[in-house]
Amino acid sequence: MSVVPAEVLPGSARAVARPVRAAAELAPRARLWPSLVAVYRAQLSRARVARIPLLFVATFQSVGILIMMRGVVDGGREAEAVVAGSAVLVVAFVALNLLAQYFGQLRASGGLDHYATLPVPPAAVVLGAAGAYASFTVPGTLVTAVFGCVLFGLPLTHLWVLAAVIPLAGAALSGLGAAFGLLAPRPELATVLGQLGMSAALLLGVLPPDRMPEAVRFSRDLLPSTYGVEAFARTFGPNPDWAYVLGDLAVCAGVGVVSLAVATWAYRRAAVR
Amino acid sequence: MCAVRGLTKTYPAVRGRRGTPATPEVRATDDVRLDIGRGEIFGLLGPNGAGKSTLVRQLTGLMRPDTGSVEILGHDIVRHPERAARILAYLGQESSALDELTVSLAAETTGRLRGLDVRRARQERDAVLDELGLTPLAGRPLRKLSGGQRRLACFATVLVGERPLLVLDEPTTGMDPVARRAVWSAVDRRRAERGTTVLLVTHNVIEAETVLDRVAVLDQGRVIACDTPAGLKEQVAGEVRVELVWRERAPLDVPEVAVLRERAVESGRRWTLRLAPDEARAIVATVTGGAAFAALDDFTLATPSLEDVYLALGGAGQGLVRA
Repeated sequence: MSVVPAEVLPGSARAVARPVRAAAELAPRARLWPSLVAVYRAQLSRARVARIPLLFVATFQSVGILIMMRGVVDGGREAEAVVAGSAVLVVAFVALNLLAQYFGQLRASGGLDHYATLPVPPAAVVLGAAGAYASFTVPGTLVTAVFGCVLFGLPLTHLWVLAAVIPLAGAALSGLGAAFGLLAPRPELATVLGQLGMSAALLLGVLPPDRMPEAVRFSRDLLPSTYGVEAFARTFGPNPDWAYVLGDLAVCAGVGVVSLAVATWAYRRAAVR
Repeated sequence: MCAVRGLTKTYPAVRGRRGTPATPEVRATDDVRLDIGRGEIFGLLGPNGAGKSTLVRQLTGLMRPDTGSVEILGHDIVRHPERAARILAYLGQESSALDELTVSLAAETTGRLRGLDVRRARQERDAVLDELGLTPLAGRPLRKLSGGQRRLACFATVLVGERPLLVLDEPTTGMDPVARRAVWSAVDRRRAERGTTVLLVTHNVIEAETVLDRVAVLDQGRVIACDTPAGLKEQVAGEVRVELVWRERAPLDVPEVAVLRERAVESGRRWTLRLAPDEARAIVATVTGGAAFAALDDFTLATPSLEDVYLALGGAGQGLVRA
């Protein structure tokens, strides 16, 4: 370590610089899965303290939209799009918007230092938080979907598909949210990006696409939440085309993998400045 | 244990925008050189903005220096910043990552992220909370605690999962004397049992004098002195500090007092003077008798503290705290 003779050191009270021959052994790294689970558990418990009111807001917003659209839409394909869109909107609100805000604030306040000075893989922090936020959406999405089906008289038969839609749309949207939060130079900007993302999911996801102009339909196709909506909407019919459902879900999964990878990279970048 | 050489970090100039004035380039750490021995409680003392936190962030791998080297237990932290997390535990000034967790879960999660398995993490959590007297608060979320209690809970997370080096950035801010004592006895115990080294950032002069083995005094990013507290104080041993507090205003009609005014540092009704012992005795005799005494509210005569050392060494700031 130090080969400098003690005499030249500032301060003479103690001889402190003794040459050290070999580097000391490092404490082990935290492994990916255990630390992911620890982060997930901690984030989930935050919900109890801080997030319950916001989860209610997310659900009420979607239920409100359903009631509002009931006056406009009678049934058929349009009703399916409205119900699916409102259900996935809960995922967008929590996983995209709230997670972007959370990471934006954590980064701005210096809270990332806590994780950065622990030997934890970046992916564990990002995936743990993203997973927890995606889990927060489960009750709200279920309530919205069931309420919508009852309101519009749609069958509840294939509601189980939500078991795939929520995690995959959740992965895609929470990955985007985490990336927004970690990349935005200021926390206000992270909030704006999260809000805009959610507004896009609301405006482009809830309304049936058939009557929209070409440009709007194109931007709708660019939004990852759209594929979650489509996958869910397809299952209301009497004979759902499962290949298309799988295709839509695969897009969600793909966006999820890419956006979570970007978020992990952004975390690494934000942690060491 | 820890060797720092020529560490320099410059924050670039920021162009002014609407509402925010431009700031010039700031050299936050300037050619810093330190050597910390194993088992030492080593302090960084300086007022706010002296560069203490920036220096510590470079030692913990959170910030890359522009030039210079940091070596901890034989590991090059500048080249491998990620190794720092496996050598040291860091208590930063912010608790926002833990605020919404309960004290118990914050400690357990931190332990797990420090590589402990569930059983060990829970064992150490219980032991540390018990040691610091936090067990009654274990189920409360950090944000619902008082500032001092929250700080103590954050300190608890630092102790879960043993590390040979603890880097503590103003650990006792806002704490009552009981909590402070808990912190320093926990530190002492680890040093006695395991030879734990502590790097402490503080702007509290009294704390620096009582707990530190050695202290580096920082001013505007430079180390202006580094020695034991007693050794530093010897540098200004020829002086004593006189503090005079006037009832309403200083009796400038008394010639001896009027003469003093130029040499006093005034803050409100308080005058602080650094004088040779003979001079100080004469002043005290003057102000405690005659016309000046009527205007005097309080006075103290004290041997020099590290604050006096800081000022005598040419420290520019005024931000040190005596508490």
